Parts: sequence; structure tokens; C-alpha cells
Amino acid sequence: MTAAAGAPAAPRPGARGDVAATDLDDPDAAGALAVATRGLTKRFRGGQVAVAELDLEVPRGAVYGFLGPNGSGKTTTIRMLIGLVAPTSGQVRLLGEPVPEARARVLPRVGALVEGPAFHPYLSGAANLRRADAADRTVDPRTARRRIGDALERVGLTAAADKRFRVYSLGMKQRLGLAAALLRPRDLLVLDEPTNGLDPQGTREVRALVRELAADGTTVMVSTHLLTEVEQLCSHVGVMSAGHLVAQGTLVDVTAGTTTRVVVEARDAVGAARVLRAEGVGAVTSAGEEARGELSPGGPDPERLLIALVGAGVGVRQLRLERATLEDLFVDLTGEAADVRA
Amino acid sequence: MSAPDTAPATGGPARPGGGASAAAGRRPSGAAADLRLLRSELALVLSRRRNVVMLVVLALLTALVGVGVDLATGDADPGTGGGPPFLASLTQNGLFLAFASLTASLPVFLPLVVSVVAGESVAGEASSGTLRYLLVTPVDRTRLLVTKFVATVLYAAVAALAIAVTGVLVGLVLFPVGDVVLLSGTTASYGEGLLRLAAVTAYATAMLTTVAALGLLVSTLTEVPVAAMSATAIVVVLVQIMGQVPQLSFLHPWLFTDGWLRFADLLRDPLALGGVGDGLLLQAGWVVVLLGAAWARMTSKDVTS
Repeated sequence: MTAAAGAPAAPRPGARGDVAATDLDDPDAAGALAVATRGLTKRFRGGQVAVAELDLEVPRGAVYGFLGPNGSGKTTTIRMLIGLVAPTSGQVRLLGEPVPEARARVLPRVGALVEGPAFHPYLSGAANLRRADAADRTVDPRTARRRIGDALERVGLTAAADKRFRVYSLGMKQRLGLAAALLRPRDLLVLDEPTNGLDPQGTREVRALVRELAADGTTVMVSTHLLTEVEQLCSHVGVMSAGHLVAQGTLVDVTAGTTTRVVVEARDAVGAARVLRAEGVGAVTSAGEEARGELSPGGPDPERLLIALVGAGVGVRQLRLERATLEDLFVDLTGEAADVRA
Repeated sequence: MSAPDTAPATGGPARPGGGASAAAGRRPSGAAADLRLLRSELALVLSRRRNVVMLVVLALLTALVGVGVDLATGDADPGTGGGPPFLASLTQNGLFLAFASLTASLPVFLPLVVSVVAGESVAGEASSGTLRYLLVTPVDRTRLLVTKFVATVLYAAVAALAIAVTGVLVGLVLFPVGDVVLLSGTTASYGEGLLRLAAVTAYATAMLTTVAALGLLVSTLTEVPVAAMSATAIVVVLVQIMGQVPQLSFLHPWLFTDGWLRFADLLRDPLALGGVGDGLLLQAGWVVVLLGAAWARMTSKDVTS
């Protein structure tokens, strides 16, 4: 016990400061972040650590992709952000205000979709939204009718407004969840797997909606295990793995420093591979009618490669560049193959 | 503490989408907002078909007692038979159908019905997942608990009223109407009889508040509504059994079912309110204890459903 009591006197290792430098007690700095956490940790009663020492930083106006395989702690983190689960240690700030202390003031400005939509099955979609609106003590009940109509319209559920929730399809349920989050203007939307269960058309619609909201200035935090979703939607990304935040920043920064791949389709792939090697391309392989290699930053120009290949008479049909995707990065960071559906 | 805590919505650093607070319009007063949630809660309880069916069944049972007694009087004098108290007086005055039915329903049927609604209250929202959305709206956990409690008690009142009103109406049709002979032998007008019935109905509702509070507590402990309902009903029955065991007589004055049937005192002349007052006090004590425990649980639990 005495040894443990003595430990905190030692200065904290500075490693954490490299990742997150913003001082949460500095109001201007903290105010620029829509979501900020410091050392956020959740240890469940069994002793299992679901989330460890998380330092999230979601800038205002960002569309932040919160990426991670299932079970990596995304949902537990979101539950802590909005005050459903009490952190074991660490701080949370939403829109500059501490949670859970200021939740009565800050949560009305936050729309959330957590682990799927949940409504009363025997009430209609509109009645469920009326119920959700009645629970919000900061809205004007006289405008409820119009706001509910607008929200239903926005997610394309006007025609199904009076059907019971239980007969809704999965996609309609998901949209009703979004409608509830849009019952009033929000400064921050926290969307947990918003395209889950949607067909391709529904997925496109939801992504368009998120873009539209972000264009209006709403900060959006989207948790997902779909890399394409992050690549299509997000300006920023945070990657979770086994309860830890393993990368965070703008999408460009996080994917920078990775290599670009060059892929050549040719009649004589072996010959093409030889040319690539001669031009200084790394890790060249060939298989069938395809040769591929890695272009490191500052390596040979793709244009020069093409001239050399044509000159060598290997029968080039196509040369294309594949930028390192988030998927490559994701696999590097988490050691897991990502789910690339949809 | 820190500056942003007190910064007004319009001040502070530039905030994209800062219209959120302003667009909410004029804020309603706290009391109006509380009433709006309570109305929504009551609508939720009363729109549930199961809850309406339970009310109809209570009314039907009352009507059935009336019809049964009416048929029986054809061949025998019910005044000499057994059965619930007040039944003997039924053939003299239809109003006693309401009293008899309330007496018969208070030990089992009414607590059962209240157990269902109370058990559903928090556990039902937890199992459907709507609890997490209520809490992020945000609804303060204490406010939610109080709203659920008040809605359950109001449902209990409606259930007791369903019996009383059916009793009066069926009584009007099947039995003589007129002055009421009270338990002490004096006579009161039909109007005064109705007033006393109202008092008895209110007392029965007051007795059911303990069941509501107990159900609410159990409901915060589980995410399975049926478990909360049956556990509540079982506890109510167990407590009544304990009340029948002579060896536990030292406990009897403290059991919450102890004063349940004291409303007979409301049918005496002059009114004997001592027992009724003790009964109400005991209920109040239990309600405070049970609601306190429910509050402690509700405000500290992690919502992971």
C-alpha cells in the first residue's frame, strides 16, 4: 500500500502528451473541441478493462470516424461520452463542458444514436417521436408537431409515420433513430454504426444526410467498423484496438507516410517486374499477367515507369497506382483484417 | 469552476451550428415540462393494450360478483352465507357491490395489476433500449423515477376506480338503491354513501402505492420486465402469508399489508380514523424506504442495455 501511495508523486511520463497536447482546463482550447477525453478508462466489475487511457480529440466541425473492430471498446466509449456509463477514471468534455456534471446543459445539444435504434414497438413512428420530444424539457412543445414532421421528412419516413414501429424494416428503424436525433438542431451528433442494417440505397441516403449535416456545421462522430464509410465520409479518424486508441488525426495525416502501390498489367509480367526493379521500385512481385511493387515517397515518377515499360516491349496494357488505403493502415495498427463490407 | 461552465450559449468561441440552443425557442417552465413527460408516460401506460385489458377484467369481475349474487338470491338468503364482508348487505343496497368488490380485489387482483405496470416501468424501457435514449435526451434519472412512480400510482387509482364505478353502476341496475345502512347500524343518504365510497377508493389506492414503489425498485434491478412483475407480485403474496402466521405476530404491525383492509372503518358512524391513519402512515414509511432504494439504484447504475 505504501509503495502505491508513493507512486503518484513521481512525474507522469510525458508520452501521452505527444498525442494529445490540448489542456482541457484552458477554456479556449477545450472549446475548440466538440469531444475531448483525458485518460478515459472503464474497468468493468469483473476486472476486465474495456477502455484504457483514451485521449479523444474531435475538433468542432469535423466528421470524425471512430473506427475499430467489434469489441474494441467503441460503444463503451460512446456510452461514457454521453453519461450512460460512469468512467472508472478520466475526464470527458462535450462541447467544452464536463460530462456527466453538465449533462443537463450539454446533452440537449447532442443527438445520439447508440447501439441501434430503440423505440416502443406498439407505438407508431410519429408517436415514438412525440414521446422522445416530450422527454426533452428544453424544447418548445408548441413546435413539436412541425419538428417531428420535419425530422420524419428528412429521413424519408413521412409515408410510414403512422405505422407501428414493430412493422418497420430494419432500415426504417434505423432512420427513425436518426429522426429522433434530428428532432432539434444539434451541435454534435454521435452516431454509433448509423448504416447498420441498411440496404445500399439506404446507406447512400444516410451518408448523404451526414454530409449535409456536417456542411451545416454540425460536428459528427461516427463509430463504424466499415473502412469505406470512414474513407467516404470523414475528415478525421480515430482507430481503436483492444480498448486503446492506436491512431488519431485527420484522415490525410493518419494515412500519410504509407507507401503507394504500383500495379502493371502486361503480357510479359516477369519482364515488367524486371523493369520495375531496374527503375528502383521496391518489393516487386509478379503473378500471371500482373506485376506489382511499392513506390516509396520520393521514388521514381509513375510517368517515367510507363515510358520504360513501353520501351522494354513487355506489352503493357495498364498501369495503375493504388494509394495505401485506410484498410492497410488498419491492419497494421490492429493486427486484424478489417470488415470491408458495403 | 472553469469558464465555459458559465459561458452563455451566445458567447464563447465561434461555434459552428450554434443555433442549437436558440432554435429550441422559448423554454417551457420546469413544471410544464415535467407535466408533459408525465402526460406522455400516462399515455404510454394507458395505450398499452394489456394494461387496458387488465382494467376491463377488473370491471368484469365486479359485474360478475353482482350478477352472481343476484342469481343466488333467487333460491337462498345470501345474508346467512359466508363470502367476503359487505356481500350480505348487497341485497339491501347496490352500493355495497362496490365495497365488496374492492375488498375482494385488494389482497390479490389489484396488487397483481399494479405489479405488472410497476414491474414494466423501468425494466421495460431497459429491455427495449428506450431507457438509454431517455437518459441521453437527457431526462434526469431522479425525474424519470418520480414520473414512473406517479404514473403507476395514477394507474392504480384508475384500477380502483374501475371497480368502484362498475360496482355503483351494476348495483344501480341489479339491486335496490337508497339510504345506506352503515356498519355501525346507522343510516346515511345515498349521496353520503358515494362520498364514503370515494374515500374507500382513495384509501385502496394509497395502499397500492407501496406495491408501486416495490415494483419500481425491483424494476430498476433487472432488464427483464416479466421477472420484475412476478417478483413484485410474489413479494406481495408472501407478505400477506407472513401476516397470517401467528408465530410472526411480532412482525405483523410492520408488514405493509397490515392496514390494507382497515377501510371498513370508513363505513362506520362516527368515522373511526385512528386505524386508517396508522395504515396510511405505515404505507408512507414503506414508500419512502422502497423509493429511496430505487433511487439509489437508479442513479448509480450503468446503463448497458
